[in-house]
Amino acid sequence: MYQYDKFDQSIVDARVEEFRDQVKRRLAGEITEDQFKPLRLMNGLYLQLHAYMLRVAIPYGTMDSRQMRMLAHIARKYDRDYGHFTTRQNIQYNWIKLDETPDLLAELATVEMHAIQTSGNCIRNISSDQYAGAAADEVADPRPWAELLRQWSSFHPEFSYLPRKFKIAVIASDEDRAAMRLHDIGIQLVERDGQLGAKFFVGGGMGRTPMIAPEIRDFVPAEDLLSYTEACLRVYNRYGRRDNMYKARIKILVHEIGAAEYKRQVEEEFTHVKTLGIDPPAAELERISAFFAPPAFASGLRNEVDRSDPDFAVWLDQNVKPHKQPGYAIVNISLKPIGGIPGDASSTQIDVMADLAERYSFDELRVNHAQNIVLPHVASRDLYAVWQALDAAELASANLDLISDIIACPGLDYCSLANARSIPVAQKIATRFASLERQRDLGELKLKISGCINACGHHHAGHIGILGVDKKGVENYQLTLGGSGAEDVSIGKITGPGFDEDGIVDAVEKAIEKYRALRNHGERFVDTYRRVGMEPFKEAIYG
Amino acid sequence: MVEPQIRFRSDSPSTAPIVSFADFASDSNAAAVRIEPGDDARALIAHIGQLVLIEIAFPAFRDGRGYSSARILREAGYTGELRATGDVLVDQVPLMRRCGFDSLAPRSPLNEAVVAASLARFDHVYQAAADASVPVWKLRRG
Repeated sequence: MYQYDKFDQSIVDARVEEFRDQVKRRLAGEITEDQFKPLRLMNGLYLQLHAYMLRVAIPYGTMDSRQMRMLAHIARKYDRDYGHFTTRQNIQYNWIKLDETPDLLAELATVEMHAIQTSGNCIRNISSDQYAGAAADEVADPRPWAELLRQWSSFHPEFSYLPRKFKIAVIASDEDRAAMRLHDIGIQLVERDGQLGAKFFVGGGMGRTPMIAPEIRDFVPAEDLLSYTEACLRVYNRYGRRDNMYKARIKILVHEIGAAEYKRQVEEEFTHVKTLGIDPPAAELERISAFFAPPAFASGLRNEVDRSDPDFAVWLDQNVKPHKQPGYAIVNISLKPIGGIPGDASSTQIDVMADLAERYSFDELRVNHAQNIVLPHVASRDLYAVWQALDAAELASANLDLISDIIACPGLDYCSLANARSIPVAQKIATRFASLERQRDLGELKLKISGCINACGHHHAGHIGILGVDKKGVENYQLTLGGSGAEDVSIGKITGPGFDEDGIVDAVEKAIEKYRALRNHGERFVDTYRRVGMEPFKEAIYG
Repeated sequence: MVEPQIRFRSDSPSTAPIVSFADFASDSNAAAVRIEPGDDARALIAHIGQLVLIEIAFPAFRDGRGYSSARILREAGYTGELRATGDVLVDQVPLMRRCGFDSLAPRSPLNEAVVAASLARFDHVYQAAADASVPVWKLRRG
């Protein structure tokens, strides 16, 4: 885990004081709400339907138990005893008082956390693979690169008033667990001639115009990483559209001028930027990398686990993934209990997860884009004890990547942008498919729900996606099929006319029954859809 | 020309008449030019030796193109006055300074004590830009 030095700490502390001053000036009426808005947004503070919402960054999704406990403490002291983990590896608190935020941020800063650039038209929290450092398929740990980018992007003087928000993801394996190509910049670490470098994909995104990022450069050497990223951003800052906020994301620029022309401009800018000396020496990446050295794994541990408890065995099969180190495993903690709110955790549950990380996972936790928590390094011999503790805290739902492991945005229950509620739809679908046996029969099925066209619930990337819209004052839900945020990235297609809240649950079930009737052995829902196309599903749903 | 409220230079403000970016193309002897967010700052690079004042307009604070324009001019070696005009707010000033602005002509006057406090607040920066601040990755190696 990265640890702040005096420089990092002084910057984050200064930001707390700066925000304290901004809040003071706002409360004193020295600045207008219009002037305050971009300032508070750049610190993750939104004014929502009922209260202020604060979004706290969990850089590249990695935390230790001390930080996780602080998140529980914040929930207890400043909120209503729970937090909401988001698709961007952040946590949101929904009931925050403006005058308390400076103190809240000061408390976060004591554990090297912040809300810097979790909103606003700037470079947001850098996201990454939740299995970083634990997965066997990575060419390197992507987190040092993400940390390098976090530092470079923090308070970047040129890129704090971009045309629109800007999201960067860094992964290091062919399997994409971070929806990398649906980011403004997706970076995949690759090896070439024994050298580590980055493949750049630019111009992906969801929202009302979903796009898959095209590859812009197949190899950017480590020593050029920041210069190249800076060139990508500068071309966007200068030429991204500012006339229409719905066309202001970089995906529109790349789409309108074409990936080849965008690349040409970036390369030209890069040739210039590279002369400015903005790239730190290799020693800086090495310094950061040292913090992410593998923990002191024991050798000679066995992978075998006693499976005699059937509930444990199901959880083991569903939520536990292989680790690169023999005798260890990756534990996924589902925050998707049937009937619950996807991504929500109580402060008690957050503390339980922190305790387990400290005791069993070398003090590390991750949050992933599917709104679940990961204990990345658990010895196989400890899995049963971990499961028992999770089960006691109602955190042992064995539904990872199954239909009830739903991504959902907060929707109209909280969000001032939403057109429709997401949470009740997620709850109804999960309840309809509550039987774990039925879910496991369906296999991997990624269902994602957004309460408006902004697509925070990643519906475009759902094998099954649901989009809430407002139809003449009534909530209406459109259904999409065939999306994916993984390495088989694709954008879902809309089935046809939308449904009301109960109708959408029925439509999902009809699509799924059709899949069961049509599937070949071993095919996932999305595979069958890709093989047979939309028509059979349409017939089943509307016929 | 807009009178600057705050200057971070010791020389006297230029009295040269200022021309628009479009007029500069036909009157390229001008010593002062004003550019709008959509104007290509790179087009001025061939003439920076004769320029003593470049005004960069911020019609709305949300439009951040002027930050890139400023850096591009400084990166090209421009040493004359670089003035931000228009919707310049106190919280943007530290960013503007880092991008090379050394003169401010805000539409609404700034509280200079607040400006001074905001410029003094951060002891360190993470990245190199168009100012003299040394990024922390360099300080870490002494």
